[in-house]
Amino acid sequence: MHLLSKETNINFVGIRKFALAFSAILLIISVYSIVTNSLNFGIDFTGGTMIEVGYPQPVDLGEIRTTLEQGGYEDAMVQNFGSLTEVLIRLPVIETENMAEISNQVVALLQSEQTEAIEVRRVEFVGPQVGEELAEDGGLAMVYALIGILIYVALRFEYRFAIASVLALVHDVVITVGFFSLFRLDFDLTVLAAILAVIGYSLNDTIVVFDRIRESFLKMRKAEPLEVINTSINATLGRTIMTSMTTLLVVLSLFIFGGEVIHAFATALMIGILVGTYSSIYVAGTAVLLMGVTKTDLMPPEKDDGEEVNPDGSQV
Amino acid sequence: MNRYPLWKNLLVVAVIVIAIIYAMPNLFGDDPAVQVSASRQNTVDLQLANEIESTLKQAEIPYKGVVLEENRLLIRFSEANDQLKARELIQQSLSADDYIVALNLAPNTPPLLRSLGAKPMNLGLDLRGGVHFLMEVDMDTVLKQTLESYGSDIRILLRDKTIRYTQVNVNGDVLTFGFREEADRDAAIREINREHNEINAVIDENADRPTVAIRLNEATVRETQSLALQQNITTLRNRINELGVAEPTVQQQGQERIVVQLPGVQDTAQAKKILGATATLEFRLVDFENDVQDAINGRVPANSELFYHRDGRPYLLHKRVMLTGEHVINAASTIDGQTGSPAVSVTLDGKGARIFSNITRDNIGNPMSVVFIESKIETQIINGEEVSVRRQLPEIISVATIRDQLGKKFQITGLDGTTEARDLALLLRAGALAAPIDIVEERTVGPSLGQENIDQGFASVMIGFALVLVFMIIWYRVFGAVANLALAANLVLIVALLSMLQATLTMPGIAGIVLTVGMAVDANVLIFERIREELRMGNSPRASIDAGYAKAFSTIADANITTLIAAIVLFGFGTGTIKGFAVTLTLGILTSMFTAIVGTRMVINLIYGRQQRPKLSI
Repeated sequence: MHLLSKETNINFVGIRKFALAFSAILLIISVYSIVTNSLNFGIDFTGGTMIEVGYPQPVDLGEIRTTLEQGGYEDAMVQNFGSLTEVLIRLPVIETENMAEISNQVVALLQSEQTEAIEVRRVEFVGPQVGEELAEDGGLAMVYALIGILIYVALRFEYRFAIASVLALVHDVVITVGFFSLFRLDFDLTVLAAILAVIGYSLNDTIVVFDRIRESFLKMRKAEPLEVINTSINATLGRTIMTSMTTLLVVLSLFIFGGEVIHAFATALMIGILVGTYSSIYVAGTAVLLMGVTKTDLMPPEKDDGEEVNPDGSQV
Repeated sequence: MNRYPLWKNLLVVAVIVIAIIYAMPNLFGDDPAVQVSASRQNTVDLQLANEIESTLKQAEIPYKGVVLEENRLLIRFSEANDQLKARELIQQSLSADDYIVALNLAPNTPPLLRSLGAKPMNLGLDLRGGVHFLMEVDMDTVLKQTLESYGSDIRILLRDKTIRYTQVNVNGDVLTFGFREEADRDAAIREINREHNEINAVIDENADRPTVAIRLNEATVRETQSLALQQNITTLRNRINELGVAEPTVQQQGQERIVVQLPGVQDTAQAKKILGATATLEFRLVDFENDVQDAINGRVPANSELFYHRDGRPYLLHKRVMLTGEHVINAASTIDGQTGSPAVSVTLDGKGARIFSNITRDNIGNPMSVVFIESKIETQIINGEEVSVRRQLPEIISVATIRDQLGKKFQITGLDGTTEARDLALLLRAGALAAPIDIVEERTVGPSLGQENIDQGFASVMIGFALVLVFMIIWYRVFGAVANLALAANLVLIVALLSMLQATLTMPGIAGIVLTVGMAVDANVLIFERIREELRMGNSPRASIDAGYAKAFSTIADANITTLIAAIVLFGFGTGTIKGFAVTLTLGILTSMFTAIVGTRMVINLIYGRQQRPKLSI
């Protein structure tokens, strides 16, 4: 079965103004939301305590809230997690001598209201200092990954390709983070990992397109850069869509069957893959074009210009 | 052109076969088991194994087998219920101070595979349940304590030199001495710097009166911190032994933190109490005038107490404590300059040195002992209620004869070897100034959630995998089927590598595998799309296959190397859970390059290589 029965010839670069406008709108919404709304940081970054308890029967969240309030935990956030019998309680950092003991005290308090034993499914406590460090390390990881990629692409291709690919990556990251901000989704350590994976994935996509652009520049000697880039995007389109589909399939499987704990992670990957696929088709190529790459930039210096190369790449 | 040489085919087959062998242990699951290991100088041996076996037989608890491994005994059961009953029974029959009895899981690997060294993957705490603590040593307090003990030293020094000071203060990382006269201040600086090269004494310019500011120099700060960390790791290890955890991890992380992982532990409140307990030291004189044997039989003299050495020997010690651990500044293992044998050098603070010197002067030739006292917190049932009781566990760690009047620095010699010297030094430090330690991070996963995570992780890998298989067959037909073979081989390779490296599989690790499954087909998609393209240009099928692989290669390499960069950065910056994701992603990228390029080419060659003008099903 062929997704694209013939060679496609869609003028992707021709509609670059629309694509740019679309990206710009998404970016503006994302940045605006991140600035005004900030992110719903999980306790990994803010510090605090998170407790997941399982009750034998479905419980009333209101009662749990009242119990916690009476016990002195006014700032507790209580919600169902996955099912009606499972409850997730989140507490901000409470400055006391023994911050690590809070989880045990809360569980004891909840147990005192119940006749049947409740099950502690998960406890996470992150001290404020550790949270700060995790956030800092996460930010640094993102920056170092981008720098590493910038250097590699600059060495393998050309500096303008490197800048274009990093632009596309920043585009993807900002929109994915913006999505989390806009919809107030939990942003924890696993989401950060997912975003780094998205960087890897989206770059993968972009590199494949760039590789083809480089190849086409050498083959299509008389063509304009716009035409070359268009042809390259079209030539790799089948692969771009196919790979995105398979990756989306497995991420979807992770989202549906992987359980509540992995939800945010899978969501970030899904958004990232969609945006990454879009950006490698519409953004990366356009960025290369706008930076004015021509075929002379990609000519291997030792190759003699006198050599005859046919449009199909065969040499005579 | 479309044939691999024999060696290449054999290589691929060999790699896959080895991978299957080493991935296999993961299929057999685990038996519930009870693990018995010895604490301290005890050993587990065949005799103990026989004793336990006869105990179990008497109680009619069915067991599958008893395995003696290095330093531990594993008793396997087929039912978790039998395991629990057996643990209770074994715990009662063995002395709690000599043996650690813990619940564990014993991998059910067949002997043939085990003889090849094949083991299943380790499961992370999020999959098997347990507690992860990150503990931080309060270095500010450690440094302050160190400064304070220098403070008491310097007071004595100044008194000896008749330099009069007015006040002493510790403020943050500075120790200050105030003086009436500038001349006194300058004399003090001279004397302090001559006596101690670990600290720096300078004029405090900010003070309105003549003042000396004393700071620890950088090397001393570093050394103090690293000793405090080592000391805490040692005490934590000792205490965790009491928790009865099968495979605990205690590891240094960075300059001031310690990671503690306790698989299978559920009662985190109890764990926190035990980890937070403290140890102390006491120096006591040995009562050699009365008979130890009498004391063992119950006739303990009024002024003495009966104690046991770590090696089991009983001693009678005087009730009066010469000195406690708070006066010990440092203890380090060294080599005795005169005899060349291993020794421990102990440094006392000023006050301690004075007391010690007075007592040792009157007791030259008599034996002295060091008692290490660990506070254990135990849960007892009193009147039907669970009560936490603090129990003190004293233990003699050294008995030595006083050869001379001892002062600030002295040596304990006559030790059996460097290991004993090192252990003794560690225990002395552990019982000395206790460095305060706090839990700064906790991650606990209950057993049912762990099992759920395993089930859901497994389901998502399998369903994702199946979806991709179907998708590829529909799209690329025979070539898709070949890519599917490669994908399956890739999955086996990842599991085999994780098992061989004995890496720990976590939930994010599973996510990494799932993502790899999705991305691994990318290389094949690239190759197949290229082949189609070549065919469209009217090239012969065999030339198309060749060109497809050749042209896609550099693209695949570029794309994978950039993803690898991201994965390696993740590994470098991530903490435990993120690292798991980075490891599987990295392994997945590497193995997929092999299976998707070399592996599929081999199969394609086998299918189409011999035909002159094959019709490609792509």
